[in-house]
Amino acid sequence: MKKLGRNQIAARVARDIPEGAYVNLGIGLPTLVANHIPGDREVILHSENGVLGIGPRPAPGREDEDLIDAGKSPVTLLAGGSYFHHADSFGMIRGGHIDICVLGAFQVAANGDIANWHTGEADAIPAVGGAMDLAAGAKQVFVTMEHLTKKGESKIVERCSYPLTGVGCVTRVYTDLAVIDIKADGLHLVEICAEGLSFEELQKLNGVALKYKAAV
Amino acid sequence: MIDKILDSPAAALAEVPDGATILIGGFGNAGMPSALLDALIAQGARNLTVVNNNAGNADAGLAALIAAKRVSKILCSFPRQTDSWHFDKAWRAGELELELVPQGTLAERLRAAGAGVGAFYTPTAFGTRLAEGKETRHINGRDYVLEYPIHGDYALIKADRADRWGNLAYRKTARNFGPIMAAAAKCTVAQVRQIVALGAIDPEHVVTPGIFVQRVVKVPALEGAA
Repeated sequence: MKKLGRNQIAARVARDIPEGAYVNLGIGLPTLVANHIPGDREVILHSENGVLGIGPRPAPGREDEDLIDAGKSPVTLLAGGSYFHHADSFGMIRGGHIDICVLGAFQVAANGDIANWHTGEADAIPAVGGAMDLAAGAKQVFVTMEHLTKKGESKIVERCSYPLTGVGCVTRVYTDLAVIDIKADGLHLVEICAEGLSFEELQKLNGVALKYKAAV
Repeated sequence: MIDKILDSPAAALAEVPDGATILIGGFGNAGMPSALLDALIAQGARNLTVVNNNAGNADAGLAALIAAKRVSKILCSFPRQTDSWHFDKAWRAGELELELVPQGTLAERLRAAGAGVGAFYTPTAFGTRLAEGKETRHINGRDYVLEYPIHGDYALIKADRADRWGNLAYRKTARNFGPIMAAAAKCTVAQVRQIVALGAIDPEHVVTPGIFVQRVVKVPALEGAA
């Protein structure tokens, strides 16, 4: 079996982002999705700190301390972009104006619950940022993550054991093994991404039952 | 004649009492009112409650205020950073209380304070441990959590330009919490790069009207750098 790398997962997500979508990309792997959106497709990227229309990273030496994204990395603004304050920015999220957000996760449950902000360890310093707002507010919540933990346990679970970020909100999961939709009646396999992985093998690794309707 | 412009950050913050709630603008270095934070550190008020998105970075600004044991409580969304060592140490030692607030809820609680809203229901954090013990309500098929406003005694913010009436214009993503914190505090102090004549900021481009700003201090860009 040949699993997808981080950039391959990001490229797979990018395929599903349509022209005209308003999209928020989380920190880490989700940020890579921007690199794979075709140049002829207009997608408007939002960042929580108050910007719509994020462009490519600035060239070295061209960074502007006042123009950053939610990861505090320097960015550029496309023509047509705009700035706004934090309450407006989260109004866009909570108010259902963001079409798609892409988040990383520790675990996703079969009912669409997501855990991505806290390991549950008592002495861990908690930090949540905008994750709970995005989980609750975006029209579609896409999750990218490795399918298995280092110990080989599935991160797609019946019930999350880590503290929740949001309930029943994840619509689609992209892993290094597969793309899986979360619907009211459970998990639906969209496609297997890892080369040489059979449905039966994936089902065994995934733990939670997968529905699959092969294309006719 | 109305003139909200003061000579120095120290003059603007001279009366901050012990126990005050201080709203501090900025997200990363963008919009961070560094000169006002330096003046607050020098001023000496203790037992402060601080509201900021983070809990200080490296050794300057809010991190230095925490290191000096002047903060007893902090409300923020994302305290854990690679360089938040002063917060980490104080929190682990039990020296300061943390109220962790989702970023959008933090923003809306500030907005509610400035807008005179008594409380509001938000879907954010429903069903999570950050909603434990809070009132909830089912409205039109969705579950919501009741959240209360955050009022400040002082707001310390950074803008790009101001006039003597306190009208403010910002620069790029440095706007972040500035407008909502300005409205949420009894006394808002704005650190600005440039002071311009009345009317020089196009009225269509005034982002924070002067009614929300009590004091303005000019801090040239270089001095403003952390």
